[in-house]
Amino acid sequence: MQHVEISTTRANPLVDPVLQVWGWEIPVYLFLGGLVAGLLALSGFYLLRSRTASERGAWPQAPMLGVVLLTLGMGALFLDLDHPWYVWRVYLTFEPASPMSWGSWILILVYPALFAAALLHPPERVPFGAGLLAVIRRGSEWMWARPRLVQAIALSNLVGGIALGLYTGILLGTMVARPLWNSAILGPLFLFSGLSSAAALMHVLTLVRTHGLVDSTYADLLLHGLFQLLKPPGRDPSTAGEAMVRADAAFLSVEGALIALFVIGLAASTEVQQQALQLLLTGAYAPVFWCLILGTGILVPLVLQSLELAGRIRHTVVPALLVIAGAFLLRWVLVQAGQVSSWT
Amino acid sequence: MPRLAMVIDTRRCVGCGDCVVACKVENDVPLGHDRDWIVEEIRGRCPGPTLEIRSERCHHCADPPCVYCCPTGASHIHDYGGVVLVTASKCIGCKACLAACPYGARFIHPDGYADKCTFCLHRVEKGLDPACVAVCPTHCMTFGDLDDPLGPVRRLLDSRPHHALLPEAGTEPCIFYLT
Repeated sequence: MQHVEISTTRANPLVDPVLQVWGWEIPVYLFLGGLVAGLLALSGFYLLRSRTASERGAWPQAPMLGVVLLTLGMGALFLDLDHPWYVWRVYLTFEPASPMSWGSWILILVYPALFAAALLHPPERVPFGAGLLAVIRRGSEWMWARPRLVQAIALSNLVGGIALGLYTGILLGTMVARPLWNSAILGPLFLFSGLSSAAALMHVLTLVRTHGLVDSTYADLLLHGLFQLLKPPGRDPSTAGEAMVRADAAFLSVEGALIALFVIGLAASTEVQQQALQLLLTGAYAPVFWCLILGTGILVPLVLQSLELAGRIRHTVVPALLVIAGAFLLRWVLVQAGQVSSWT
Repeated sequence: MPRLAMVIDTRRCVGCGDCVVACKVENDVPLGHDRDWIVEEIRGRCPGPTLEIRSERCHHCADPPCVYCCPTGASHIHDYGGVVLVTASKCIGCKACLAACPYGARFIHPDGYADKCTFCLHRVEKGLDPACVAVCPTHCMTFGDLDDPLGPVRRLLDSRPHHALLPEAGTEPCIFYLT
């Protein structure tokens, strides 16, 4: 290898000695965006597949939770901006070559879809009194009386969720100057990471809400519609909880496979991509990548879920919490390590 | 319409930094920030190392990733000369262009918007050279139309060995270094 020594007089903040333009805000935004994408896609899919009233009411909190989480994520994004009071400029144009422009418009379009889905499941109480609740309930009944409208809402949630999940990865993937991000796998990887963390989040909330922190039966039919597709023909899952764990395990397995493809793709690419990959495999980010993302973020939850399904251990929130933490760390490490990677 | 480009003779450049100072004065570049800078690159080991001194800045790429990633159109290719510019009043400070630039040529101005070399377009439109070119004591920089077959830029590129930085990034940079 040729010896090269470079010295420069440039010392621009955030750029030198290595790029550090994005701090905690962007990983938080990408994580929450992915989580909401998963909630949207799963609740939309579930709504499309539901046939009975009990099935329809099985996941009522997901849309409003999505609104809250997405707003928090956009708040983090706003905090990252250095010229924040010009943010309205994003919505005066559409730049087809810019994933960030696509994402901005997707975020805006996702809100009405989330609110419409939330309106389908009116809460038992609202902060502003019974009058408002009556109006919401009337709106909800009006919507339920129109099956095609409900179907359109479900479809918009499903499509919006997939678009949002993919965009968060593509946003990074199109940055030519960052070799670690030069992979089309990032889009589907972030989508499946969002799906697994959304399923895990709903799993946690259901356990806390209905049975305390541990339960062996899972009364709630969170992902029943999805499991109807996933279950083997002629075999009925013994409990909805068991099927839910199967779905989460399926998402995690796909996520693990996509990470493997991501690594293989970079390892088989040019020298700069190979060097960038070493940041994750053997460099400063390796302990977090191997131990907390692949280990406790994917493999350990998969093993725990398998033992739960086999009836060897009790169902707990532990795998779900590990999945959520792993999904956050995946964004954190990829954003930070990707900025460090460069062509020079 | 011209296609503006710059040719820098690394055999003449002594790394004095006059171009850097001229840029700061001409463009009121904020303290602690650089629109152009000097790089010294040593390749190989003794007894036969080579030294290349380069004055670097935005490469005003013909295929600029910083423009494509901009969500507001603040980063754009100017009609005159293909110069890559930023409209401060459209920039939201998202820093995507900083992450997208393989040359690290952009920075965030203390007022919050992305900033970079403009090829001193305000001077060029008056028929003057960019400030860095105008002050260079060794006349190592040549500025002009890349597409003019009889112009100084094209004649230098046709007659001398040269290279661009990171051509493998695929951005078609418009700064060339004579070797």
